[in-house]
Amino acid sequence: MTDSAAFTQNELGTQISIDDVFEAFEFLGDWEERYAYIIDLGRKLPAFPDDQKTDTNYVHGCQSQVWVTDFLDPSSGKLYLLIDSDAMIVRGLAAIIMIALNARTPNDLLTVDVDALFQKLDLFRHISPTRGNGLRAMVSKIRDIAAHAV
Amino acid sequence: MTQVAPEAVTGLDVEQVRQDFPILSQTVNGNPLVYLDNAASAQKPRAVLDAMTRYYETSHANVHRGAHTLGDRATAAFEGARETVRRFINAASTREVIWTRGTTEAINVVANGLAPELKPGDEILVSHMEHHANIVPWQMIAERTGAVLKVIAINDAGELDLDSFEQQLGERTRVLAVGHVSNVLGTINPIKNLISRAKAAGAFTLIDGAQATPHMQPDVQDLDCDFYVFSSHKLFGPTGIGVLYGREQLLERMPPFQGGGEMIEQVTFEKTTWNQLPYKFEAGTPAIAEAIGLAAAIDYLDALGRPAIAAAEEKLWQSVMQHAADFPGLRLIGTARDKVPVLSFAIDGLHPSDIGTLLDQQGIAIRTGHHCAMPLMERFQVPGTARASFAFYNTLDEVDRLFAALQKIQRLFAN
Repeated sequence: MTDSAAFTQNELGTQISIDDVFEAFEFLGDWEERYAYIIDLGRKLPAFPDDQKTDTNYVHGCQSQVWVTDFLDPSSGKLYLLIDSDAMIVRGLAAIIMIALNARTPNDLLTVDVDALFQKLDLFRHISPTRGNGLRAMVSKIRDIAAHAV
Repeated sequence: MTQVAPEAVTGLDVEQVRQDFPILSQTVNGNPLVYLDNAASAQKPRAVLDAMTRYYETSHANVHRGAHTLGDRATAAFEGARETVRRFINAASTREVIWTRGTTEAINVVANGLAPELKPGDEILVSHMEHHANIVPWQMIAERTGAVLKVIAINDAGELDLDSFEQQLGERTRVLAVGHVSNVLGTINPIKNLISRAKAAGAFTLIDGAQATPHMQPDVQDLDCDFYVFSSHKLFGPTGIGVLYGREQLLERMPPFQGGGEMIEQVTFEKTTWNQLPYKFEAGTPAIAEAIGLAAAIDYLDALGRPAIAAAEEKLWQSVMQHAADFPGLRLIGTARDKVPVLSFAIDGLHPSDIGTLLDQQGIAIRTGHHCAMPLMERFQVPGTARASFAFYNTLDEVDRLFAALQKIQRLFAN
């Protein structure tokens, strides 16, 4: 098991909230600004431990490689997540998913409607069933983890 | 339909040709669409759409059955389409032209049909650049029969390694199954030579022509292959139909792929006898409108003229190569001497999926990923590639826009 600090000391979903993202998006103009912001968010993804890049943690997407791992903090009952991808935009979108889902109790996590968030950000096409980039599989894997932890 | 005389080789009026493709004149994400995913599926000229609509509006009924006028009309159009395909590939007879759902199904029909010919230890020879559709059916048959799959190596340019081919070709080789053109690399393989060597070794030969037929017209008698397969939708025709060409005596020998209506001669509960070729392999009601649409696509390409199409592609490709050579950090995957206009590439520091997403934002459609050729990705040690594939209706301006868009993406990540 990896050091729990790798999971808990992470600003996504703790210091940075989904409202911050909504607010930022309001001030972004064209696609270049929006994606520059998404790419920046991707750079905020915390380091993903190499030993966690296992088959079990691998998310089968079509185009990029994605890993998800978790840590359920016994003292707070909160579920902490780590996500990694080799594609920068997927990393940025994963950061948004982290912001929406990280550091919540499993029950709390399961109430979040990620599709609706992506719709509101006008990023739904990235998570729609037609896109083979693994984002949808990523979210469903996280929800499975939460459902098992309840 | 656009009429361009075949002899006007350099004279394809691309702007006029584009008028024949209704889908091309739209905007995507606020930009005029640049469609560079032709190797995945090509767009359809109005002639194809009209032929299919006209068929449904005037002639539709089930084929080979009706004791009525519409049935006769539908059958005539459907069998006329088969004759158009026969002419397109220069098959000896329409009995050798089998309709399938596409290339994938055609390969499965052949793999299944050759299974009774295979014994444990027999060898099936494919190449390292095959599409999964020309790997997996053979693996399944190998598992069933005890045959062994062997792989022809490729060089760094993405060409078949002919030494490797010669080394692996032997008396145990029963099947050679290779692509005419690689879907990822664009490489045109020297299939005529491969076929003649394989035949001399006593092997059956199957050529996957899915990526070749949009760019060139195969002559199956000249090639002397046993099987040649391709899809309609990459050939500017409708989806859901493809062609299996097979040498008549082999098709006679092969068991049917599926049982059902149409493919039978006589059915009793004790025994069923098969219909004659080509119907033996066409169980159930076929894709009638799609066959007619495919024939319309072939007629359309004939009217444009293959030499004119080739000249237009060559002009595009020269421009692509100039841009690519000047682009910092761009690495070409597949630099064969003989190629169709398919640009597979990687850009330093950029994931193919990022390139695809951000080109789409600029209205440019390409394909990214492993292109159903995972062994090939492993060979070039890339997780996937970005692939821009061109057709005669693409313009030099679109080539410029592709590379300008790539520059923009590179700047976005540099910040």
